[in-house]
Formats: sequence, C-alpha cells, structure tokens
Amino acid sequence: MKELYRTMRVIRRFEERTVDLVNANEIAGVTHEYVGQEAVATGVCSVLRRDDAITSTHRGHGHLIAKGADVSRMFAELLGRVDGLNRARGGSMHIADLSIGVLGANGIVAAGAPHAAGAAWAFREAGTDRIAVTFFGDGGINQGVLLETFNLAALWRLPLVFICENNGYAVTLSAEHSTAGSMVDRAASYGMPAEAVDGMDVEAVAVSAGRAVARARAGEGPSFVECRTYRFFGHHTAERTMKLGYRTDEEIAHWRERDPLELAGARLEPAERAAIDQEVEALLDESLAFARASERPLAEDALAFNYAALEPRRGVAR
Amino acid sequence: MLRYQAALAKALRDELANDEAVFVIGEDVRESLRGVSRGLAAEFGEERVLDTPISEQAFTGFATGAALVGRRAVIEFQIPALLFIAFEQIVDQAHKLRLMTGGQASVPVTYLVPGSGARLGLAGQHSDNPYSYFVHAGVKTVLPATAHDAYGLFAAAIRDDDPVVVFAPAAVLGVRDEVPDDPYVVPLGSGRIHREGTDVTVVAVGHLVHDALALAEEVAGEISVEVFDPRTLYPFDWELLAESISRTGRLVVYDDANRSCGFAAEIVATAAEELPLVAPPRRVTRADAVVPFAVDLERAVLPSRAQLATAVRQTLREEARP
Repeated sequence: MKELYRTMRVIRRFEERTVDLVNANEIAGVTHEYVGQEAVATGVCSVLRRDDAITSTHRGHGHLIAKGADVSRMFAELLGRVDGLNRARGGSMHIADLSIGVLGANGIVAAGAPHAAGAAWAFREAGTDRIAVTFFGDGGINQGVLLETFNLAALWRLPLVFICENNGYAVTLSAEHSTAGSMVDRAASYGMPAEAVDGMDVEAVAVSAGRAVARARAGEGPSFVECRTYRFFGHHTAERTMKLGYRTDEEIAHWRERDPLELAGARLEPAERAAIDQEVEALLDESLAFARASERPLAEDALAFNYAALEPRRGVAR
Repeated sequence: MLRYQAALAKALRDELANDEAVFVIGEDVRESLRGVSRGLAAEFGEERVLDTPISEQAFTGFATGAALVGRRAVIEFQIPALLFIAFEQIVDQAHKLRLMTGGQASVPVTYLVPGSGARLGLAGQHSDNPYSYFVHAGVKTVLPATAHDAYGLFAAAIRDDDPVVVFAPAAVLGVRDEVPDDPYVVPLGSGRIHREGTDVTVVAVGHLVHDALALAEEVAGEISVEVFDPRTLYPFDWELLAESISRTGRLVVYDDANRSCGFAAEIVATAAEELPLVAPPRRVTRADAVVPFAVDLERAVLPSRAQLATAVRQTLREEARP
C-alpha cells in the first residue's frame, strides 16, 4: 500500500507542478493532467512487469510514472531539454520510454490500441509470457480502430488488457451523451471477460487488473476493465481560461470527496504518509532542478531522428 | 525472365527465408488474390502469414506495434484506396514515431499496393495512384517500373528500418524482365536512366516509364529523349536528375497522379529552383478528376503518350526566359 500511495503521490505532485510550469510558460503549449485518475495507472501498472508493454494516451504522464519512468527525464522532456525522455522531440503528448515498455503516449484517441495488440502478438510469437496493456478513455470507446482491435484481440486470443479510463468526459461531451449501451457490455460482446471497477480505489483497480493480466499471461486472451474515475482538472491546462459550462462545481466537489489519494492515504499511518509526501517533494525538487539544468536542443539538430539514416529535405533550396 | 508480380512474390519469399522477424499481414494474403503471397502460409506457417478481418486501421497499427518490439512487417493492401483508411496509422503513427520518441522507436513496416492506378473500368474508388500524399508527408515511397527493380526495391523496403510504401502499378504487373536468382537489393533513393538522350529529360513514373521509352523510340530520328525513372519517389535521386539535366537542359515530367500538389509538381518546382534548365519545365499528369467508369472517359483523364509527345515538342521550341 505504501508503494501504491507513493506512486500516486508522485503523479499528483508531478501534475500540479506541471500546471504551474505551463502557467509560468516554462512548458510550451498545454498538457493534459492526470489529477484525479492516479489510482488507475498506479493500480494497473502495479501488476505489470518491467518487460510488459503499455500504450498510453494524450493524458499520459501518470502511465509513465506508474510504469517506472524517470521523472527527471520526464520534466526535461516537458521543458524541451536534451535530457528529455524523447530528447525534446515529443513533449507531453508523445512522451515514451521504450526501455520500460512504454510504446508511447498518443495525440490521437485510441490510436495506440492496435500497437499494443501487435506487441502482444509479437511477445506471444516469441514464446514469452510478456503481455501488453492499452489505456484509453471513454472517448476512445467510440473510435473504430479500438473496436477493430477488440475483434482482432479476441479472435487471436492476444495477451492484451484493455483499460478504459472512464473519466466521464470526452473533452466536453459526457459519456452518457456519447456512448450507446454499456461499455462493459460492448466489450463483452466480443467474447472477452469485461468488468467495471471503482477507478478511485487503487487496490480495487489492482485486483481487477491483476485478474486480467493473469489471464493474458496464462494464454487465456484479452480482457476489458472499465475504471470509473474523474479528472479533477480541465481537459487540458488552458481550459481554466475558457469558461466552459459542461460540468458543475458541485459535480467536481462530489468526486473530490472520493479523491484516490485520500482513499489510499487513509489506509496509512499519518506519520508514514507524511514521510512519503516529504520524500516525494524532495524527489520532484531534485528532478525539476535536473531538468532546468539540462541543455536546450540546437536548431541545427531539428531534422535529426526523422529517419533511420536519411536527412530530410530542408525548407529552402540548396 | 520473371513477370513483375512474380518478382514481388520472389522478393517476399526470399525475405521471409532471410529473416525470421519478417511476417506478412493483410486481407486474403493466404489465398493471395494478387499472387504476391501465394503459397507462403504453407511454406512459412500461418503464424507468419496473417489473414486479417477487414479492419485496415487496426491491422496497420498492429504491424506498427509488432515492429516496435522487434518484428518486421509487410502489409498488403489489395486496392490503393485502402491507404486512405489506414492513412492516420501510416503517416501520423508509424512515420512519426521515430522523431516523436527522439529516436527510440524503429518502425520497419512495408506497405505494398500490388495494383495501383487505373486498369480499365474499375472506376472511382479502385483507380487512384495516391503516392503523392506519402511523398508530401515524407514517408519513403517506392514505385518500381520493371520486374528487376520491383524485386530489388521491395527487398530493400522490407530491410529498411523505416516505414516504406511500395506502389506496384497495375499496368505493369504482367511485364517481364530478367531477375537474378540470388537475392539483391536496389537501394532506396537511387534513380535509373533507362535510355540516354541529349535533347530532353523525361522523368517518367511507374508504368509510364515504358510509355516514355516507346515515345523515345518513336521520335528517335527527330528528338533525342533521355528517360529517367526515379524508382523511389521519396527520397528522390536529385543528384542523378541534376546530371541528366546538365546534359539536356530540358525537363518533362510524366506522372499518372493528380496534377495539383502532385509528384510532378514537386519535381518541376525543385528543378526550376535548383537545376540548369534552358527552357520552362512541363508536366503531363492525370487531370484533377475522379476516374470515371466508362473506358473512353477513363482514358480521357489519364495522361497519354500523345500529350507527352506534345509536351516534349513544346519544351524543345522554347528558350530560357530572360
């Protein structure tokens, strides 16, 4: 439990600091904060091995932290520095660490699902018991590519786990206004085990995901878990300036009563919790200092990494 | 002598034998309606030749995922329009992952279209030549004109560590050529001069190489035409074209793709900027039109040898503008 709480605390404080960095223009663009959903990534990744693969979403920081990414290099990426996980080429929306099986966050909803399926298949064909997990949201449940991937995964009994993070909204459209029928029934209709779980309770998520992962590892095919959760912040950092009316303060306050960190924190001794919080602040201070000290990339390297071995054409005649 | 289609099949078979990481995925690839993967499931096992449901986005992304963890995929698209469905997964995912991950990701996937372009009566949705879209996006794009080059370029594409789209024009699938028994590659990015000439360079694309060669022969007594086959559209062999233009000073591009922002437009624009032309370059392309069904109408929107002859004569009449 201590470890689960600690991971959630790292995610929470990483995201809160990220908001400050975006607002201070230290991070360019916007980021999509994971605050409120920490129990999902933490619970799921707690039952994975380092050599398992995941695909993430535009709201991906939590998945990376839970899978074991170095937060110093994550901050460096968001700040656009050369020590970033993606060498400052990806930023928040494409952050990835293939060395720990994070095949990528993704700017297109549910586009990572078939990548996870392909990786899962390759793991099985190689004779290993590695598995893959794909994270997506309630918005992703209506993407054709995800439903196509449901079919492929069930048909080929792939060692794959579908984690639907139902945070209630696809940007501003509520799940009840976007999705016919139930998400669990939809997944179950492909012939795979499907269930919903309290996505605010990290231990409940870990139990449910643990069953799905065990089935995948045992060669029993894919499963689907709908984690019912909520994002406490806007769709992205800039939303606070937009004065949108798609949800009420009362609704947000209601969900905040079930803050996953409070639910998990209450299961620790107060002194234990305070010590973890303190240790996390120190870690993030150190990580941010590392990122700020990292060099900015050189403009002359802007065309690197487009190809394995080929210089792209430049925007001017030679 | 091997038919073009048989050369593609031989390349795929040789690469499956050469590298256990290689696998084939697509619709009907075990029966192989296009003949490129016929018999491969029996020879290499169904786990290396995957028939998929009609789910272009998913199986295209599936290949990307397998490639990210060490496999090498070959996807067959039975008709060129299927690339439109898979476009996001190719251009926005597979192609961008290396850059977006700062060089962590490698996506060796080959997208084969064995039957691109019009072929009399297949109408609006089965007659496109959508290679310019991929060139525009910077995806490596290959368009072999001969059986020899089809083998060598397809093999090179499979061995390449980046995504590569290979368009095999429908009009040349039956064309025969010498294809060596032993494996070989034609490096991506290398053009080929099929016929040397001194008056004008015709950059002919795909099946139109054969048409340009026929025209060059027809007018040989009157005009000396050099026929340049890019073979790879991106990256394009600018060095070889520069050499050719330094001899001829004149350029006509003969391309069976839409005119606006098409492949021919790019060649003409760059040549105008960078190469020593002595007369304005010209293009002979498809009309910016949907291919109509009736054969007479289809022919009317495709580029023709008569149009090429006219363009060649026009460019020879013109001098460099001051």
